[in-house]
Amino acid sequence: MRLVTHNMLQCHVKGCNSNNFPLQLSDVEIEIQETDFNPKFLRNMLSKLEWNALVKTALEINITTLPNVLPNDLDEEFLKMLHRVLLETHIKQGQMICPNCNHTYPIKDGIPNMLLSETET
Amino acid sequence: MSLRALELLNLPDETCFLLDIGCGSGLSGEILDDEGHIWIGLDISPSMLQVALDREVEGDLFLQDIGQGMNFRPGTFDGAISISVLQWLCNADQQSHNPKSRLTRFFSTLYASLKRGARAVFQLYPENDDQCELIMNVAMRCGFEGGLVVDYPNSKKAKKYYLCLFAGQIPGGQKQQIPQALGEEKEEHDVIYSNQRIRERQKGKQRKSVKNRDWVLHKKEVARTRGKKDVPFDSKYTGRKRRPKF
Ligand SMILES: C[S@@+](CC[C@H](N)C(=O)[O-])C[C@H]1O[C@@H](n2cnc3c(N)ncnc32)[C@H](O)[C@@H]1O
Ligand SMILES: [Zn+2]
Repeated sequence: MRLVTHNMLQCHVKGCNSNNFPLQLSDVEIEIQETDFNPKFLRNMLSKLEWNALVKTALEINITTLPNVLPNDLDEEFLKMLHRVLLETHIKQGQMICPNCNHTYPIKDGIPNMLLSETET
Repeated sequence: MSLRALELLNLPDETCFLLDIGCGSGLSGEILDDEGHIWIGLDISPSMLQVALDREVEGDLFLQDIGQGMNFRPGTFDGAISISVLQWLCNADQQSHNPKSRLTRFFSTLYASLKRGARAVFQLYPENDDQCELIMNVAMRCGFEGGLVVDYPNSKKAKKYYLCLFAGQIPGGQKQQIPQALGEEKEEHDVIYSNQRIRERQKGKQRKSVKNRDWVLHKKEVARTRGKKDVPFDSKYTGRKRRPKF
């Protein structure tokens, strides 16, 4: 799972409707997979991103290249760095924990398990 | 079918962020890759997802039961496709499964996860009219607009159903219309259902009577087991058409 996808995720346990984002990463294994640089797509995605959550998540996995505030001027160098973080950084193993209800979503072979039990739906 | 679904999504000519609902082994996702889109795929089957992994599809995969709803922030996706999946949601595999409430949870969370005006296109194999109607009704109640597109309605083989839904209208854009179906003859209408009302149902198709011999026998059997006394005996005349009496 790419980090850009993680930024779109929230907990979906029934009744868990606030403070359910971002899911906290723990015990993760990261892998970098290179892919084509697409500045237009990045710019489009920026309007959907929650920047603060992204910075927080990145720090959890020791990525320290992101500024605390999104700069106004997005030059190519910045977009390339962003490309690396959002689209080339994959979470292979580990878990995601909801900050509100503590539900743990395991990640195996890069695939998060989002299945809920009967009582959580 | 995936290409046709993609065409019906009517996306701008750029890389989009898409959802593949019930992505399976990633066949539909590969089409999205080919067209240069970035996508997320959901499927309930670990073995299907394993095949997708082995084929090294580009999309991010999730093990997920869509009847339990989506878990994406509002406005995440520019569009969603789903190939040959939705009819499964109408089945109650477990006793605790209620198709209507699962469909409701699915459509309401899907609606939220789509950008305003984005489309979701489902190729599906509806079992019957009632199933179609149930799906449409729930989708509309969850805020979707749109309708069913039937390609090649007169061909047994090529006939395909695409449920084409709009998550509202594009802000400041032209009003979205249900797309034109392919290969239709003069008389057929492409849209069978719309959100206003059901325009046409199985036009021209003669419905076969279900009250055949087996049906009658079954009814009688049920009546007998329920302890009804005056159930007529079965005979070779059971379930036959009676001549008008003179
Ligand atoms: C006929 S396959 C289609 C796969 C893929 N879309 C394609 O075109 O190749 C149907 C898929 O729907 C998935 N499916 C069925 N019910 C589901 C559910 N409730 N949630 C998620 N996926 C489901 C199945 O696991 C299966 O992979
Ligand atoms: Zn939660």
